[in-house]
Amino acid sequence: MTVRLSKPWRPFDHATVATLTGHLGVYELGNTAGDVLYIGAAGGRSRFGLKGQLMDRLAADLDGACCFRVEVNMAYHSRRIELLEIYLNDHGQLPIYNTDVDESRLGRVRPG
Amino acid sequence: MDLALTDEQRLIIDQVRRFVREEIIPLEDDLDPDADELPGEQFERLVAIVKDMGLYGLDTPPEYGGPDIDLVTRSLIAIECSQHRAGLYAPCYYTFGGARQAQLFEATEEQKQKYLYPMLRGEKRVFFGLSEPSGGSDPARAIQTRAVRDGDDWILNGTKLWISGADRADYGLLFARTGGPGRSGVTAFIVETDWPGFNIARIVHTLRSAKYATEIHIDNLRVPHANILGSEGGGFAIANDRLSRQRIPYAAECIGVAVKANEMAVAYSKIRETFGAALASRQGIQWMLVENEIDIRMMRWLVLDAAFRADQGESFRTESAIAKLQCAELASKVIDRSMQIHGGLGVAKDLPLERWFREMRIRRIGEGPSEVQKHVIARDILGAGLR
Ligand SMILES: Cc1cc2nc3c(=O)[nH]c(=O)nc-3n(C[C@H](O)[C@H](O)[C@H](O)COP(=O)(O)OP(=O)(O)OC[C@H]3O[C@@H](n4cnc5c(N)ncnc54)[C@H](O)[C@@H]3O)c2cc1C
Repeated sequence: MTVRLSKPWRPFDHATVATLTGHLGVYELGNTAGDVLYIGAAGGRSRFGLKGQLMDRLAADLDGACCFRVEVNMAYHSRRIELLEIYLNDHGQLPIYNTDVDESRLGRVRPG
Repeated sequence: MDLALTDEQRLIIDQVRRFVREEIIPLEDDLDPDADELPGEQFERLVAIVKDMGLYGLDTPPEYGGPDIDLVTRSLIAIECSQHRAGLYAPCYYTFGGARQAQLFEATEEQKQKYLYPMLRGEKRVFFGLSEPSGGSDPARAIQTRAVRDGDDWILNGTKLWISGADRADYGLLFARTGGPGRSGVTAFIVETDWPGFNIARIVHTLRSAKYATEIHIDNLRVPHANILGSEGGGFAIANDRLSRQRIPYAAECIGVAVKANEMAVAYSKIRETFGAALASRQGIQWMLVENEIDIRMMRWLVLDAAFRADQGESFRTESAIAKLQCAELASKVIDRSMQIHGGLGVAKDLPLERWFREMRIRRIGEGPSEVQKHVIARDILGAGLR
């Protein structure tokens, strides 16, 4: 099992997001350079799972976000934390749109 | 054993019950169903309330500033604290503080200053690193992490698996082989998580949402000799009594979840109608509720019996193993029946039952699987000669 999210990037547009399912899981938004801008999760309270979450993100019109990738995962809670901790280890800071996460409460994962 | 609660116990339980119902459960309406911590400001607010109640640091002995609470009362509190969605592995979201690694009470004064007191004050987080990919039931034989002496230091190499919360910990206990096979070859080291050579390779995603497990790669980790906890080769001897004591409130937490699940099942069976009558009127449902009730009473008895013996200074190793074993097994059954009574709603994330079901499954494996508890009990029944 790869620890980093290894799913392919897909265009972040209405037509592509509309093909998603309502499963729970994690997702990343990226820019044209493939940099991750946001790491999120569709959790147990999300109304339409990954599809609903990404529709909401589309509506938020995040500057620079042009692609996304998802991983269906029932352990979305610990998986999102893992992705955030790996990103923090790699970059020394969180993705620019993850202002919803308190960095001081995250731990350290160094996947090597 | 006197089962009647004292006035003081009654007062404490009422207070904790109110705290769970009025402060904890309402917050869960806004949290993700798998959440394992509270937003910072809520956490601080609730810790202040717990401190006002005089119940902060429940597992801290009074000589270290903890409340002077006997194990029976401590177990009764544990039954209350777990009666919410995250309650099995994050009872009251850790707002009662507590001594998470009791083995550190065995530390030297210098080690206590550096590692024990900050943990007791809630400033530092700690992990417990015993299990490895080679096995967790019988760590004395399974531990392959090696420590080799190098002057005033030890160099550690190996892999630890399943270690809860190590990614967020500041330091922890790491058990490594310093000698030959078996118990006497294992030493406990206190290691800091930002030392070079200590790497969290991944989070191990399991059924459990709270306190998720991690995999640790230890690569030429240099640990000062002064960080040995206890003596060289004495890793296993440390604080066995403290561990057995902790197992009792740990078992009690299963009861709290079972009580809540059963309470929900009773209420639902009275309002849900099928084929023209309430579920509660069906014998098939009544028997499930009766079995729940019996199991809860049995669990309660076993936990309080073990706690009472410990409080009296009697031996309680067998009793705590029986309580741990039976609470994990019986509470699983209570939750399963309660889910069944709820039909589809029972398995939906709308209700806490599905989380309890998942997390309770781990209770039968963690902290010594059910079979290992039976092994402990059998050894006590059959005598020391049995391996
Ligand atoms: C979510 C989670 C968190 C954990 N957190 C920690 C932690 O923080 N620190 C830590 O050190 N460990 C931790 N553990 C590890 C846990 O203690 C071990 O999983 C447990 O001790 C069993 O070890 P094992 O998984 O290697 O199974 P094994 O030792 O390989 O045993 C496999 C199974 O065999 C059975 N078995 C074992 N011995 C006997 C016997 N004598 N007779 C009959 N059957 C037997 C049991 O059913 C057991 O489950 C955690 C585990 C989980 C799942």
